[in-house]
Amino acid sequence: MKPIKKKTKAKLEKAHIRLRVNGEQVEVAFAPHKTLLEVLREDLRLTGTKHGCELGECGCCAVLVDGSPVLSCLALGVALEGHEVTTVEGMTDGTKLHPLQEAFAELGAAQCGYCTPGILLTAKVLLEKVPRPSRDEIKEALGGNICRCTGYIKIYEAVELAAARLTGEKAEPAEESIYGWQ
Amino acid sequence: MAGNNGAKRNGLRVIGKPFPKVDAKVKCTGELKYADDLALPRMLHTKLLRSPVPHARIVKIDASKAEAYPGVKAVLLGKDLPITFGALPVSEDENALAIDRVRMVGDPVAAIAAVDEDVATEALDLIEVEYEPLRVITSIQDAFAHPEPRIHEYGEFGNIHRRQVYEFGDVETGFAEADFVREDITFYEGSTHLALEQHASLAQFSHDGKLTLWTSTQDMHYLHRHLAKVLGLPASHIRVIATPNGGGFGGKCDPFNHEIAVSKLAMITGHPVKICLTREEVFYAHRGRHPVLMSTKTGYKKDGSMTAMHHRTILDGGAYGGHGVASTFYTGILQPTTYKLPHYRFEAVRVFTNKAPCGPKRGHGTPQPRWAQEIQLDRIADHLGLDPAEMRKAHAVPPNSITANWIRIGSLALGKCIDKVVEGSGWKEKFRKLPHGKGIGIACSAYMTGTQTPIYWNKLPHSGVQLKLDRSGGVCVFCGSVEIGQGSDSILAYVVAEVLGIDPFDIRVVTGDTDLTPVDLGSYSSRVTLMTGNAAKQAAERAREILRQAVSEKLEVPGSRLVFADRRVFDIENPEKGMSFVDAVWLAEEKFGTLGTTGSYKPPAAPGKYKGSTIGPSPAFSCTAAVAEVEVNPETGIVTVPKIWIAHDIGQSINPVLAVGQIEGCVYMGLGEALMEEMTYRGNVNLVHKFPSFLEYKSPTTHEMCDVITYLVEEPDSNGPFGAKEAGQGPQLPVPPAIANAIYDAVGVRIDEIPITPDKVLKAIRAKAKGQEGRCGPTVFPTCEMPPPIFVRTPFEGGDGKAVEREPELSRK
Repeated sequence: MKPIKKKTKAKLEKAHIRLRVNGEQVEVAFAPHKTLLEVLREDLRLTGTKHGCELGECGCCAVLVDGSPVLSCLALGVALEGHEVTTVEGMTDGTKLHPLQEAFAELGAAQCGYCTPGILLTAKVLLEKVPRPSRDEIKEALGGNICRCTGYIKIYEAVELAAARLTGEKAEPAEESIYGWQ
Repeated sequence: MAGNNGAKRNGLRVIGKPFPKVDAKVKCTGELKYADDLALPRMLHTKLLRSPVPHARIVKIDASKAEAYPGVKAVLLGKDLPITFGALPVSEDENALAIDRVRMVGDPVAAIAAVDEDVATEALDLIEVEYEPLRVITSIQDAFAHPEPRIHEYGEFGNIHRRQVYEFGDVETGFAEADFVREDITFYEGSTHLALEQHASLAQFSHDGKLTLWTSTQDMHYLHRHLAKVLGLPASHIRVIATPNGGGFGGKCDPFNHEIAVSKLAMITGHPVKICLTREEVFYAHRGRHPVLMSTKTGYKKDGSMTAMHHRTILDGGAYGGHGVASTFYTGILQPTTYKLPHYRFEAVRVFTNKAPCGPKRGHGTPQPRWAQEIQLDRIADHLGLDPAEMRKAHAVPPNSITANWIRIGSLALGKCIDKVVEGSGWKEKFRKLPHGKGIGIACSAYMTGTQTPIYWNKLPHSGVQLKLDRSGGVCVFCGSVEIGQGSDSILAYVVAEVLGIDPFDIRVVTGDTDLTPVDLGSYSSRVTLMTGNAAKQAAERAREILRQAVSEKLEVPGSRLVFADRRVFDIENPEKGMSFVDAVWLAEEKFGTLGTTGSYKPPAAPGKYKGSTIGPSPAFSCTAAVAEVEVNPETGIVTVPKIWIAHDIGQSINPVLAVGQIEGCVYMGLGEALMEEMTYRGNVNLVHKFPSFLEYKSPTTHEMCDVITYLVEEPDSNGPFGAKEAGQGPQLPVPPAIANAIYDAVGVRIDEIPITPDKVLKAIRAKAKGQEGRCGPTVFPTCEMPPPIFVRTPFEGGDGKAVEREPELSRK
């Protein structure tokens, strides 16, 4: 193969950064205007992070940046150089689900499942700060995450169940959550 | 454990138990792939050029610059896809891309496939389109006033798409029997589904001439047929894979222009082609709740019983037909299914306007008339001095009856539902007794569990299931149903597990793939649990019979004594004697060869025989009662809803935790429609959507959502699998009127228009303070020329379900 003669030194157009994603060091190159959402989904193929508006309005795309919830559709990928990003794929411990994931599955808190990743991560931060949140504190924390299926009720109940279990209680879902009221 | 849980009563092991959904964990880990999560090598991206004007002729369109733009692989225009399509055979009025006319802002006129989304978006600007504006039809009133220009060249006349007039029994006789007659004019604004997932599709055309489309659709089977027609391919060469929907609510039922565009682009370019609509584009795709103006005239006696109803509706259909003809029927045809109604006349008109097309949204056409009747009943009870809960209970449709319009009702425990919410909410201590600003209201509904008639005429099954069992003991269920979050995949596993005595998580479920799965008509009209459940039950029972024969022979035990439970097949008289389920399958394969069974389901025929009688009947009806408590700030008009009690007759819950979840979701969506959601347009000239975004289209967040107390009432219906009826749509119906009735209880004003925004409440409160009527709502009901009714004698007067010529003396009355 003949070497190609470089006439001019064409500038590479992609940004190239290093960051930590779900505990792993990764290097990624992408068009510099891409959002974190696009970098995660398209360049790192972490499609667990969803999008419902790409305008910062629905909360679907929430991920954790250095442990705090961030709407990935509003963050530029290039701004993440050196930061730590956690997506829903990073919530499991090997094959073991996070107690929030377990509780959501158990109580049907994920109906279509599309808003679930953003809500799980937001709730995870809440429980790290407030281990046994009140119903109002849960509502406040999840106020930016829209869910169109559940009416949020099963989500509150799942967060409460996970909170109880994370603080060492052997909690089970309330009868009314499962069978309705008598 | 639940006292009213039928499963416990019946000794069922899986049905009625709160198992997690079969896909629950993959939904919580990000593993599940939705349409936009898919990517293929060499994939191109599509963007659609959309009309910026609401109504215009396309004078010229030039895409040559876009075609030459680096990175663009193909540009499609309307002429490339000349064949029309549409959800219903009677209104196939859509082109994938506009050919010579645009009918709404957002109508696509061109599609570009390019190496990435950025290039495709840049190239859109290079397409030159010259529009010649036409008069814009903005509203129902406009459509009545301006027959020209016609938005479509078909329909009744002018911009009237559809008229329907029915009379069941002589309605004037009914009014003559009444002690009182009142008429109310009400309006229910349109709203959209706002599913979190934006519609997405990925098409691949392989060199063997086969097309595969992965797409977020609720109705894969119908889409399959439309693709074959528009693309000119044999259906057998097209494979549609319905990816799990990130919410549907009816918004992904229609065949969509973008699905056709990417398919065609894949065929032209030889590349896989993908599209994902932006949120703004999803608002243009719409197909949501029709805005409906209603006039409801009801004759009633002193005991609150109804003698007659004359119910008129006008639907603002938007720019296309879609499911609109069915929606039009539904604004009246289920009106007699909740309370006894001996005479009923129903007139409906659907108009075309230059707005995004309306269609099926949760409850499809029925929340509007339910709203109208339930707020009127509250007035009637008030007028008669009756308790509105007791009055409703006294006149509820009895089970095992036939309505005036020939709809057969099976099990229906509305009285029990009313008792539950009355008791739970402390109704008797609160109604008309709460302090000013606080109020309580009640409303009820009944809803169908699947429609009796498929969208295109045929006598085939509505749902099919294939079951594969193999020597590993593995059971695989194949069904064409589509998982939209309601749990349809899980229903299949639960039903088969129950019949075969195995664990639901032993079963693999394959759904939503036209190549692999037998036809199921799709996730609409609350049909899935009943129809796929019945088909799955039949397939599983057939498989059980095969296993039973093999095991019976081997163990020398009569087949009738064999029980399938706990992953075993054993002798009920000697449970030690038996074998594992896996061994039973092995044995049967040895005896009969490769194992597979099928099951199918078709609804029973309905008793009505008149034209149009196929819309409305259903194998089973659910029913619901809801009590809402509200707080109204008389200074600001702001309404908050702290709590709603809701009781739903589900027949038999296949899984109570999922059923409760559906009901809570219905309350949520009903609350949103009642107080804030509206699909409205800016100005009367350019007709641009007011707020096609998540932020400004108001929907309830955690801050607005109320507490919900849900009661499952289980009155099994013989047509449902294990007695099951629907839960996904019906429970939404009573929520908005219960809230409106509670507002009256709180501040003494009637808001006859949805959504009940603070300005409307304040207007009514101020009017009342001035001594005027404390009401906000429409006052005028426009009329257009209507054809004579299809007249049908009711079952109560000895009719036979057929339309009859009206006797002259009756029509003269």
